[in-house]
Amino acid sequence: MEQRRVYLDHSATTPVDDRVLEAMMPFFKGDFGNPNSIHAWGRRVREHVNGAREHVASLLGAEPREIIFTGGGSEADNLAIKGAAFALKARGKHVITSAIEHHAVLDTVKWLGENGFDVTILPVDAQGMVSPETFRNSLREDTVFATVMYANNEVGTVQPIAELGAICRERGILFHTDAVQAAGHIPIDVRTLPVDMLTLSAHKMYGPKGVGALYLRKGVRIPPLVHGGGQEFGLRSGTENTAGIVGFGEAALLALDRFENGDDEKERFLRDKLIDGIQARIDAVLLTGHRTQRLPFHASVCIEHIEGEAMLLRLDAVGIGASSGSACTSGSLDPSHVLLAMGLSHVTAHGSLRLSLGKDTTEADIDYVLDALPPVVETLRAMSPFGRK
Amino acid sequence: MYTETVRDYFLNPRNVGSLDHADGIGEVGNAKCGDVMKISIKVEDDRITDVRFETFGCAAAIASSSIATEMIKGKTLDEALQVTNRDVLNALGGLPAEKIHCSLLAEEGIRAAVEDYRSRMAESA
Ligand SMILES: Cc1ncc(COP(=O)(O)O)c(C=O)c1O
Ligand code: FES
Repeated sequence: MEQRRVYLDHSATTPVDDRVLEAMMPFFKGDFGNPNSIHAWGRRVREHVNGAREHVASLLGAEPREIIFTGGGSEADNLAIKGAAFALKARGKHVITSAIEHHAVLDTVKWLGENGFDVTILPVDAQGMVSPETFRNSLREDTVFATVMYANNEVGTVQPIAELGAICRERGILFHTDAVQAAGHIPIDVRTLPVDMLTLSAHKMYGPKGVGALYLRKGVRIPPLVHGGGQEFGLRSGTENTAGIVGFGEAALLALDRFENGDDEKERFLRDKLIDGIQARIDAVLLTGHRTQRLPFHASVCIEHIEGEAMLLRLDAVGIGASSGSACTSGSLDPSHVLLAMGLSHVTAHGSLRLSLGKDTTEADIDYVLDALPPVVETLRAMSPFGRK
Repeated sequence: MYTETVRDYFLNPRNVGSLDHADGIGEVGNAKCGDVMKISIKVEDDRITDVRFETFGCAAAIASSSIATEMIKGKTLDEALQVTNRDVLNALGGLPAEKIHCSLLAEEGIRAAVEDYRSRMAESA
């Protein structure tokens, strides 16, 4: 019998949906034109790029003009943060972010800190949540910009973005959120959500890698990161990644369909079954992240007395793909900054395990993981000087 | 990223556990990533007759400690002290650069176990 293979690392990346791939194919061959060309080849492709912009806009309740396609989530974060800093530097030098941001945000903000800005990095509570109260108290006269992620990639916690955004609006502070993990998985509507900029990445929602977008609210002006031919309303020069953009558009439509079908509810059910099952079958397990305010597809735990990389490899050996924030999985040999910011000890963070489900994950997959994980943990605990014998 | 030998020693580790009446125990930790390795030895006539390990660490650390136990079993204490992390690395067919320190843990574990045995001997003498 062939071994079951269960990919539970959708927070790292998702497979491209067949319909997305199909939508993309013509733009490699046939519809290869440059959308900036005047002729028929170009005009045809321009229409599809415009269509994709409408589709991605519809995912957020935005206007197409407010969507800037980029070369991925990291680039959109950089465009937002460096752009805002540059646009606002005459007004003030204080910038706020949180301790649990993705490095695309955190390192960019820290870089601002090395280049004339004052940076406040907000702490989070044990569930990885930024407190609106703490956020409010960190504001200064010269605060011009804040960025807090919509949902965390490592522990799944969903932040109170509406509240944080409302505080910023009250105080005239530009507000950005990295919604790379949330978009396409949690309904987001910028008509009611008070954010000025929001980052998306196609490959986290069944689209291709290397394409992302920045939602930039009408009236917000920032300079580009990439200068040149003036594509993307002058905010991101370079001939468009037409196939990628069209794929992203299709992925956005499919995400809307899934919301309509209530697929996120199914995902949430499987997530809870996984979390509850792990906690029931394995002792000394700590759920990381918030129990309910969390991504519908995201389960993450720390399993005491054993180390994450060893767990990943043993899971891989039985066909399960997962990830970990353990020190041994990072090149730096430090545990993930997210787990440390939540107050976990190095030792506990060592046992970090993240299982992120996808739209095609089945209940049988979850049952398989719930059967396969306990023996892996037991084996490793038997090898550990700390494991209970 | 790991050689077949590393995978083998990690998936089917030899000499796991602790010895009930160990003559020497070496417990060493890696300040860097927080891993801990414990090596217990049984000694007769200055020779290591049995050895077990327990490791709280990554696959490379587990494989390193496991192969190290095989390398020192049957050796005299002085011979065991000659085993270096280089030897462990060679036996494993190499480790990724960022995992070299895990093999160092094995060398230190052996050393600590032998030292523990010798200090116990010195005390009882
Ligand atoms: C929260 C978050 N932000 C940003 C990124 C970066 O996105 P991309 O891989 O498209 O550059 C990721 C992906 O790892 C992410 O999880
Ligand atoms: S034991 Fe931590 S990296 Fe090997």
